Amino acid sequence: MIETLAFYLFAGLVIAGGAMVIMSRNPVHSVLWLILAFFNAAGLMVLVGAEFIAMLLVIVYVGAVAVLFLFVVMMLDIDFAAMRAGFIKNFPLGIAIAVILLAELGLGLGAYGSGGIELGSPDSAAAFQSDVSNIEAIGALLYGRYIILFEIAGIILLVAMIGAIVLTHREPKPGARGRQDIGKQISRRPEDATVMKNPEYGEGIEL
Amino acid sequence: MTEFFQSFGMSYEWAWGIATIAGILLIALPLMLAVAMVIYVDRKVLGAIMLRRGPNVVGPFGLLQSFADGLKVFLQETIIPSAANKGIFLLAPIITFTVALAAWAVIPFADGVVLADINVGLLYILAISSLGVYGVVMSGWASNSKYPFFSAMRAAAQMISYEVSIGFILVCVVLWSKSFNMTEIVLAQKGHGLGIVNGFFFNPLLFPIFVVFFICALAETARAPFDLTEAESELVAGYQTEYSSMSFALFWLGEYANILLMCSLCTILFVGGWLPPIEWAPLYYVPGFIWFLLKTFGFFLAFSWIWATVPRYRYDQLMRLGWKVFLPMSLIFVAIISGYLMATGHFVK
Repeated sequence: MIETLAFYLFAGLVIAGGAMVIMSRNPVHSVLWLILAFFNAAGLMVLVGAEFIAMLLVIVYVGAVAVLFLFVVMMLDIDFAAMRAGFIKNFPLGIAIAVILLAELGLGLGAYGSGGIELGSPDSAAAFQSDVSNIEAIGALLYGRYIILFEIAGIILLVAMIGAIVLTHREPKPGARGRQDIGKQISRRPEDATVMKNPEYGEGIEL
Repeated sequence: MTEFFQSFGMSYEWAWGIATIAGILLIALPLMLAVAMVIYVDRKVLGAIMLRRGPNVVGPFGLLQSFADGLKVFLQETIIPSAANKGIFLLAPIITFTVALAAWAVIPFADGVVLADINVGLLYILAISSLGVYGVVMSGWASNSKYPFFSAMRAAAQMISYEVSIGFILVCVVLWSKSFNMTEIVLAQKGHGLGIVNGFFFNPLLFPIFVVFFICALAETARAPFDLTEAESELVAGYQTEYSSMSFALFWLGEYANILLMCSLCTILFVGGWLPPIEWAPLYYVPGFIWFLLKTFGFFLAFSWIWATVPRYRYDQLMRLGWKVFLPMSLIFVAIISGYLMATGHFVK
C-alpha cells in the first residue's frame, strides 16, 4: 500500500513539475520545477529497485547539470515581451514537435500492448542474479559485456572535454596584468616585501 | 523497532510507519540539541583562542546561550523584502534545513543503529549534499539584492568544484572497503592497521586522501578559511543578508547540521565510526555510540580551531586549490590505490 501511495505521489509530482516547467512565466521558476521533476523521477527509480540509477540521477542531473542551468538562467536578462513575440513565429514548429511526440507515445503504447520484446537468451556473464546488489550487477554488465561501448563513451566524453577546454582557453598576452603566478605569491616572504626603518625624529626616510 | 511496535498488536504497515517516524524524531531532536551545543562550543573555542571569555552569561558557563539566541530569533519579526521573489525566498531556508537533516538518515551511530541501512548509503550522502547548494542559490537569487546574488554564485561554483574531489576520495574509500553501505565501510576498518588500530586513517595510502577530504569538507560546508559565500568584509553576510527571524535561524541550524554531518563522515570513512580507536577488548565495553560522538566532536573541535587560526582564502586561490591541486591529486590516488589493491589481490573472493 505504501508503495502504491509513493508511486502516485512521485508520478503525480513528476507530471505536475513537467507541466509547470513549460507553464511558468519566469525561467528561473521553470528550472526549479524541472529540478522537482528530476528529483521525483529519482524517487520512481527507487520504487522499481534501481537505487543506484536513482542516486546517479540526483548526483548528476540535480546536483550538477541543473545547478549550471540555474546559474545561467539566473544571469540572463530576459525581456518577457520579446519572448512572447516569437510565439506565433515558432508556433508551427511547436505543433510539429508535439505531433511527433504524440505519435511516438501512441507507437510506444501500441508496442507495449503487443507484448515484450525478445532480446535473445541472456549469456552467463550478464544473467540477472537476484542475490547481488544493484551496483555489482551494473558493474558486471558494464565492465564485462559492454566494455567496448563503455570505453567508447569514455573517449567521446574525453574528446568533448578537450573541445570545451580548447574553446575557452585563452593564451595570456605577454606582460598582461591580472595574470597571477600563485607559486610566486606563496613563496613571497615578509623580508622580501618590507623593510624596517628607525628614522631620526623630524627626518623622513629614503626608500 | 518495527517488531517492538508490532508486539502491541499493530499491523505491519502501521508498526513500520510509527517506527520510522520515531526513528526520525530520535535522530532529528538530539541533532538539533547537538547543533545548539556545538554552536556554544564553537563560540567558546573561538573565545578561548582569541583570549576572550566567549558566551558566559546565560545559564551555568553560558551553556544556555544557544537556546536564548533561538528564543530571540523566534520572537523577531519576519521581514520579507518587497522586491524579493516571495515563494522562493521563503522556500530557500526550508530546503537548506531539510537537506541538512535528510542526510542523517543513513549515518550509523553504532552497530546497527541507523535509520535506513541502504546499499547505496554513501551515494545517498553525496546526492543529498549536492542538493544543499540549492538553498543557497535560491536564497541569493530570490533576495533580489546584489550581495546575496554574488554569494549565491560563489557558493554554486565552490560546492560543485569541491564535490568532484570528494567524489573521487569516496571512490578510494569504497574501493578499499568494497561497499557503498556505511555500516560495511565501518566494519571494513576493523583491525585495519595490522590488527592493532581501527580506521583507514592509519593507512599510509589513505592518509593523504583523508587530509584532502577534511579540507574539502571545510570548503563544502563553507567554513573558514573557505567561507567566501558569507565573507562579511565583502558581502555583508552573503546569501543570508536579507533574512531575519526564523528563516535566518533555519539557515543557521542547517549550516551547523551540515558541519556535524561532515565531521561524522570523516569519522565513519576514515577513523572507524563507532569502533574504538585501538583493537583492544576492554575498549569494546564503552558503547560504540560514545566512540562515534567523541570522534565526531574531535573533528568539530578541529573545525573551530581552523576557523580561529587561518585567514580567509581569496576566491581564485579557492578555485585553484579545488581544480588544480585536489582534483589531480585525488585522481592520481584513485589510480594508485586501485592499482595497489589489484596487485595485492584485494578483490579476489
